[in-house]
Amino acid sequence: MKPSPFTYHDPHSLDEALALLNQYGEEARIIAGGQSLVAMMNLRLAQPDHLIDINNIPVLNGIECQDRLLQIGALTSHQDILQSELVRQSCPILTNAAAHIGHYAIRQRGTIGGSLSHADPAAEWPMIAILLDGEMEIAQLSGEKRTLGARDFIQSIYTTDLAPEEILTKISFPCLEENEGWAFKPFARRRGDYFIVAVAACLTLDQSGRIKRLRLCLGGMEATAIRLDEIEQGSIAHLPDENWIREVAKAACNEGNPVDDHNADVEYRRELVEILVTDALQDAFKGTQRG
Amino acid sequence: MSKTAFRLNVNGQDYEVLVEPRKLLSDVIRDDIGLTGTHVGCEHGVCGACTVLIEGKPQRSCLVFAIQARGQSIRTIEDVADENGDYSTLQQMLHEEHGLQCGFCTPGIVLTMEAFLKSNPDPSEEEIREALSGNLCRCTGYQNIVKAVQKTILRGHEEDKEIASL
Repeated sequence: MKPSPFTYHDPHSLDEALALLNQYGEEARIIAGGQSLVAMMNLRLAQPDHLIDINNIPVLNGIECQDRLLQIGALTSHQDILQSELVRQSCPILTNAAAHIGHYAIRQRGTIGGSLSHADPAAEWPMIAILLDGEMEIAQLSGEKRTLGARDFIQSIYTTDLAPEEILTKISFPCLEENEGWAFKPFARRRGDYFIVAVAACLTLDQSGRIKRLRLCLGGMEATAIRLDEIEQGSIAHLPDENWIREVAKAACNEGNPVDDHNADVEYRRELVEILVTDALQDAFKGTQRG
Repeated sequence: MSKTAFRLNVNGQDYEVLVEPRKLLSDVIRDDIGLTGTHVGCEHGVCGACTVLIEGKPQRSCLVFAIQARGQSIRTIEDVADENGDYSTLQQMLHEEHGLQCGFCTPGIVLTMEAFLKSNPDPSEEEIREALSGNLCRCTGYQNIVKAVQKTILRGHEEDKEIASL
């Protein structure tokens, strides 16, 4: 099928884009990479009257690292993140996650800000942002900016806290600590598909080899990725041994409130969680032993 | 809806087109410019048949509106063989290794792998298969496509050696 008609806007500054959004409100959609939006428009699942193309606003593009904070412009492509040495050194779980997004050609055009604003519950960036408590910088017409943590930004399936007149401009991730172990374990039936279930973990140990901090996140179990706060807190000062991994995997698979759908039923999803949490924690532990 | 006139640069040549903003790049390349080597399969970014190079990067032409590609250089399958019609090494190897049967997916595969080999000249089989995973082929089972890509790489190494020995 072909998209329904729309008026195309091509702003060359953020102010111009915000003014257009303010003028057209909910009749308008922003297009960044368009790798989900154009597919939805081709299928007429989305039929915006106005399309505001932000690809000619270079200030939205780029990666920098300041004060142990990795800052990525919303328009930065998955491929640029995947190939960035700065990202690989400061926050390698992002490099790994980027490699799992779609396919080679999709990654060239798809953007991190677009993925987060789209908020597909089975997409990589929303899950990683929730794992790392990423901060979203949001621009408003008044020239004001507001920032919001990922858990407040992503509200439900395809639903964020963005108002129709706002644009997500930048995403900040705290750099991983030295000797922080990490793992991202998505399960999909075919390469490049959205995951059915995914587990992401970050682990740091104190000098005595006990757990200083665990971050553990499940995707595919609810409308958004979920952090397992209780398990994270309860793991502090534990020894990261096989017993602990087994206990955490058993506890994690009872978390969330998944649905039966054509991809997998509830039992299957819970079984996947147990396997993937085990894999993820084993890998994360290995990561802590590198230094 | 009103049409917009703009210029597209395809295979080094400028084309004036007059189309609605909603017209996909794939459709403008085929219908308005008349280059039908770019194939349209699924029209929602899954099959990879419509892959073209935009500013040297492989992209789905069914997920880009033509109007968005103004001022950018677009390369399609028609520009891969040289002006005498001689195949690129990759095309020749696909031919020799039977890396195609019906040929519908081939333009997308050629452009994806030409770009991939440029940015990653010595990939492992795993990396080749990863890059290829965004292009569906319902005939070959991929085995001979992978072989053709590997032979292309070997041929490149042989040429490098010949140059070094001169």
